[in-house]
Amino acid sequence: MKEFNYHSAKDSKEASKLASSGSAFLAGGMTTIPSMKLGLATYKDLIDIKNIKKLSGIKVSGKSVTIGAATKHVEVANSKDVKKAIPSLSSLAEGIGDPQVRNRGTIGGSIANNDPSADYPSACIALNATIHTNQRKIEASKFFKGMFETALKKGELIEAVEFQIPEKSSYQKHPNPASRYAVVGVYIAKYKSDVNVAVTGAKSCVYNDKEMAKALSGNFSSSSIDGMDLDSSDMNSDIHASAEYRASLVVTQAKKAVDAC
Amino acid sequence: MASLVGSRVERKEDKRFLTGKGRYTADINLANQTYAIFVRSPHARASIKKLNIDKALKSSGVVSVLTGKEVADDKIGGLIAGWAIRSEDGTEMKCPGNPPLAKDNVNFVGDPVAIVIAESLAEAKEAAEKVEVDYKVLKAVTSTAEAMNGDTIHEGIDKNLCFDWLLGDRQKVKEAFDKADKVISIDIINNRLIPNAMEPRACVADYNAASEEITLYTTSQNPHLSRLIMSAFGNVAPEHKLRVVAPDVGGGFGSKINVYNEDIVCSWAAKKINRAIKWVAERSESFLTDIHGRDHVTHAELAVTKDGKFLGFKNETIANLGAYARVFGTVTPTYLFGPCATGVYDIPAAYTNVKAVYTNTAPVDAYRGAGRPEATYTIERLVEKASMELGIDKTELRIKNFPTAFPFKQTLVHTVDSGDYVAGMEKAKQMADYKGFETRRRESEAKGKLRGIGVTSYFEACGIAPSAAVMSLGCGVGLWESAEVRFNPTGQVTVYTGSHSHGQSHQTTFAQIAADELGVPIENIDIVHGDTDKGTFGMGTYGSRSLAVGGIAIVNACKKIVEKGKRVTAKMLEANPEDVEFKDGEFIVSKSNKKKTIGEVAFACYLPGVRDEMKSPLPEGDEPGLKETSFYDPSNFSFPAGTHIAEVEIDPETGHVKLEKYTACDDFGRIINPMVVEGQVHGGLAQGIGQALYENAEYDETGQLMTGSYMDYTMPRADNFPEFNIGYTCTHATTNPLGVKGCGEAGAIAAPPTVMNAVIDALGGQEVTMPATAEKVWKACKNLKKSNSKAA
Repeated sequence: MKEFNYHSAKDSKEASKLASSGSAFLAGGMTTIPSMKLGLATYKDLIDIKNIKKLSGIKVSGKSVTIGAATKHVEVANSKDVKKAIPSLSSLAEGIGDPQVRNRGTIGGSIANNDPSADYPSACIALNATIHTNQRKIEASKFFKGMFETALKKGELIEAVEFQIPEKSSYQKHPNPASRYAVVGVYIAKYKSDVNVAVTGAKSCVYNDKEMAKALSGNFSSSSIDGMDLDSSDMNSDIHASAEYRASLVVTQAKKAVDAC
Repeated sequence: MASLVGSRVERKEDKRFLTGKGRYTADINLANQTYAIFVRSPHARASIKKLNIDKALKSSGVVSVLTGKEVADDKIGGLIAGWAIRSEDGTEMKCPGNPPLAKDNVNFVGDPVAIVIAESLAEAKEAAEKVEVDYKVLKAVTSTAEAMNGDTIHEGIDKNLCFDWLLGDRQKVKEAFDKADKVISIDIINNRLIPNAMEPRACVADYNAASEEITLYTTSQNPHLSRLIMSAFGNVAPEHKLRVVAPDVGGGFGSKINVYNEDIVCSWAAKKINRAIKWVAERSESFLTDIHGRDHVTHAELAVTKDGKFLGFKNETIANLGAYARVFGTVTPTYLFGPCATGVYDIPAAYTNVKAVYTNTAPVDAYRGAGRPEATYTIERLVEKASMELGIDKTELRIKNFPTAFPFKQTLVHTVDSGDYVAGMEKAKQMADYKGFETRRRESEAKGKLRGIGVTSYFEACGIAPSAAVMSLGCGVGLWESAEVRFNPTGQVTVYTGSHSHGQSHQTTFAQIAADELGVPIENIDIVHGDTDKGTFGMGTYGSRSLAVGGIAIVNACKKIVEKGKRVTAKMLEANPEDVEFKDGEFIVSKSNKKKTIGEVAFACYLPGVRDEMKSPLPEGDEPGLKETSFYDPSNFSFPAGTHIAEVEIDPETGHVKLEKYTACDDFGRIINPMVVEGQVHGGLAQGIGQALYENAEYDETGQLMTGSYMDYTMPRADNFPEFNIGYTCTHATTNPLGVKGCGEAGAIAAPPTVMNAVIDALGGQEVTMPATAEKVWKACKNLKKSNSKAA
């Protein structure tokens, strides 16, 4: 690991002020630190945001659940409020990585990194989330731009993620047995007027599968998507799963999610 | 006094390990030490056109940069294969030179070309990036099956073939096959694995210019053997000027048998710079440069009668050695593999042919089980297939071909002294509720799942020794083991053993044995190992040999102590030595019932004189002191055996395999500590099941390791396993005084075929290669659906 300057910001303003083209915000460091150790990333400055109190914590209102960006996975997994309002969200958090990752990793870090196989981006898409930053509010559908790419600008810091409480929802993941990332994860949320089918792991970026969403909006039953033959041409293919297998898993996990709703 | 052998004595080492007081190589820091980083080849095969260290030498904090040139100039020797194998045509095996730093050619990704030594680790890393190597990249050979058709890797080694070895009689096999009603054949791949010891390799080398001694702290399973190899072949220093210490070592599984490049280079360089050097592997270096295991491509056939009697067996295997032949690299696919090829069965004609090939991949060497898992996988997959094709119950077919009388002389090499394979099978069936499987299968079916059951009956030749046998097979050294038992004047005992514990609990089990033999409380017994300056030369730990060979050396040394104690007691109590009996730590003169404790005898041996008298308690001819040594060279291998049964449930929609039940019924002979044995069985099973369902080392066609981290290499975790159902049968080995056989490798040997037989049973006999990943199984499920719908 190359030498770098460590800063601990006391508030968002200071964090933002410290940011430069050679800096990165540090929350749980679950991706940043290993990338630096492997020499895949180098930064001049790391700006630790964990000590910014405002960024941690969970608030539940009648319609939404708002989670501070520096809130750890374990806190979401164990929150009685989240469990009550959106049980699928706490079970998603409970299934991220391993205990070490859950005790350090944060929701803000996860979505800012936008790993194509991460779990949280699918929750954002499925649960009509709004990403609150120190500059603006961004709808989840406009936040995830591509592989490891988001709408965040330089120095822009996620402060919280606000999820809309659905009628029912479920997240089903087929984990990579090695990394436990999603080979394919499908998050289904049913709202009064529509259904979201967020898929992670299958393509270069999380997406809402409109075809399945439409079928399920008509009839919210796994039979309405059973046997659906998805186009696998732009799906990921690697040593863990071919595109063809991923396409099949998307349907299988979606069916499981509907059945679990 | 109650016997400690056989009881669940709590581990003496646990306090140290569980409170963070273990002392591993990386924990050792010496005054004024430097830090080393190795510059490694990023290419699988290349020639080195130019190597420039000027910039690195100028980098901050750099002490020295050494390359293959200096290694050659100083005539430092290379890494070696410990066993010479002869091909079927009588020619000797062909081994390339393997200098500890490559000078002209690199042959796998990770092959080291230079060592950079600096005042700090960070400075060493930074300077290592400044070493400029101009490579001419050559086409890599990576496929085991195609290696013989690839470009020649090592000059003068045609077809990349190290040897083409035969064990058995082709003519007899042909005759047997001619008589067969049916021939069952199978093509299988034994997947390449990476051992992944919890503690990565490390070494700290120190040089004392005054005494001219090098001390090397290293992660080794066999420090004495390391010293011998580094001295005799590496030319690092004469043995008396080289001390090798293997302190606490966090797992080996065979990967720490070898002397590695870093051991030789750091020892040599420490003398050169006259300072201590510390090197600790990063996990990614372990993935690339620790020896790998398995990697066979096999075609095998079994000739049977229609009622299921086995007549003949043949095994044609290509074994991947990787880039170079290392210490156990050549013996693993030959003498550890071939003699076990016929499994537990009585098969009158058999041969095994192995072509060992070089590829541009990490060296392949002994990994837990070493050869025996590959042999067992082949025969047990074949027998399972035979049971399907013959329509004979898989357990009945096995029983039908078990030997029933012991000692049993196998067709190929081994004479198995003891065993009761039928009893093991019957007990395993009962433990696994084999009869109830059909009900469970139907229950799974009702949930839309596929359920399968798999059986393996295995045996293994372990307790690796005996010298006469292994030397006749081509081993460079005999494989006895040594022990020294030393009494202090005040009665405590230190046992020096040539075995090495890197997780095997010797500190406890060996102390149990000595406590029983000597009648000394276990807390007064210390086990010392892992230091060439302490105790006599020893061979180390591998091949499930510590107890069956090293443990017996301890027993024999203890017996010598008792014999001397009897003579001393007789002198002290004015009796005949023949009238002295030893029991529970006391020497008793049978006629007078007078006695001396072993502590009193020890004291007398060290202080041989009585005040104001000219009388010694030592009989004439006996020297003072109480210390005895034994070198034990057994008459035969030991042969653990058993039957394992696994049940899996498959979700045909995702291909996910859930291991529902796992039953292991093993015969390890006498068990010293059941708790420790359970730990060994669990560990072996985890690695064996890992091979079957999860682990796979995969290279791409350019020789880059695709599974070089835990993100891609699937190490199994606790939630991948059911509660293991473990039981034993017990027939004592007749070839050693404790009746023990060895337990370290059984799980890794038996589990792969057991699990795969269950998976393939669930898939209606469709072959799937290891590891049976969800995608492979999903594809097989789709085929099954197709063929079922056709049938309907």
